[in-house]
Amino acid sequence: MKARVFVVLKSSILDPQGKAIEGALRSLGVDGVTSVRQGKVFDIEIAGDDRARAEAVLKEAADRLLANTIIENYRVEITP
Amino acid sequence: MNAAILVFPGINREQDMARALTLAAGRAPILVWHAETELPAGTDLVVVPGGFSYGDYLRCGAIAARAPVMAAVRAFAARGGLVLGVCNGFQILCEAALLPGALMRNAGLKFICHDAYLRVERSDTPFTQGYNAGQVIRLPVAHGEGNYVADAETIARLEGEGRIVFRYSSPDGALTPEWNINGSIYAIAGILNERGNVLGMMPHPENHVEAEIGCTDGRGLFAGLTSFLAA
Repeated sequence: MKARVFVVLKSSILDPQGKAIEGALRSLGVDGVTSVRQGKVFDIEIAGDDRARAEAVLKEAADRLLANTIIENYRVEITP
Repeated sequence: MNAAILVFPGINREQDMARALTLAAGRAPILVWHAETELPAGTDLVVVPGGFSYGDYLRCGAIAARAPVMAAVRAFAARGGLVLGVCNGFQILCEAALLPGALMRNAGLKFICHDAYLRVERSDTPFTQGYNAGQVIRLPVAHGEGNYVADAETIARLEGEGRIVFRYSSPDGALTPEWNINGSIYAIAGILNERGNVLGMMPHPENHVEAEIGCTDGRGLFAGLTSFLAA
């Protein structure tokens, strides 16, 4: 089973990298971008086809390692 | 002093730390590989040194914080054992939740590698009794992610409980934004855990212990620890 975990900084945390990317887009002349926040994506394959179990595994992976929940939020997406 | 220095793949300051501890204590620390599940018998100080553990993959210190040896460090700290984390070691202790908060990319986005001035806020801790409160010391920093953040409640507790031990300051001890090299909230350069036995700091005291280098301001930390543990 294929899944994706998205990790993004909490909105209260400043993201200087996102700001730098935002500035670079502006200097490239890419118009209309008002804000950029940088995050991470993990493509994960899970054994078996038990969706509930996969969700539990991904939640544990994100809580214990993939995200630092002091500064980051995460979202899990399982490919149908 | 029976110090143990943790070694993870990618750590590169363990020898500097060993030299500083040996100079202060008169005996060499034991280097402990990350895959160990126990600390050497009689260990009374665990040091997590600086470097780039696991190449800073995922987040600085994230992988090292989950290494087998960290369970032993957690148990040691829970018994009141002294733990010192410097630079990547500070990041590892935060990732291991032995210290609150997290260290983010420097506000100016650049890797900072030069001397910084620190105001020592307290002299009544095992780590800082070799200094006077309010004293300004000069230590090198070398980091890209030293910008300390935590939620407002944690910051209020750190401040209220006097757990901010080192702050980036001017040579005169003034706290102004221009001297806050990486943008840390409240100019935090080093903090204690709630119990006061775990200290994390970004600057490198181990690199300012010998006169040949031109500054010995780091000696106070190791001398203080040595006399605390001898008492």
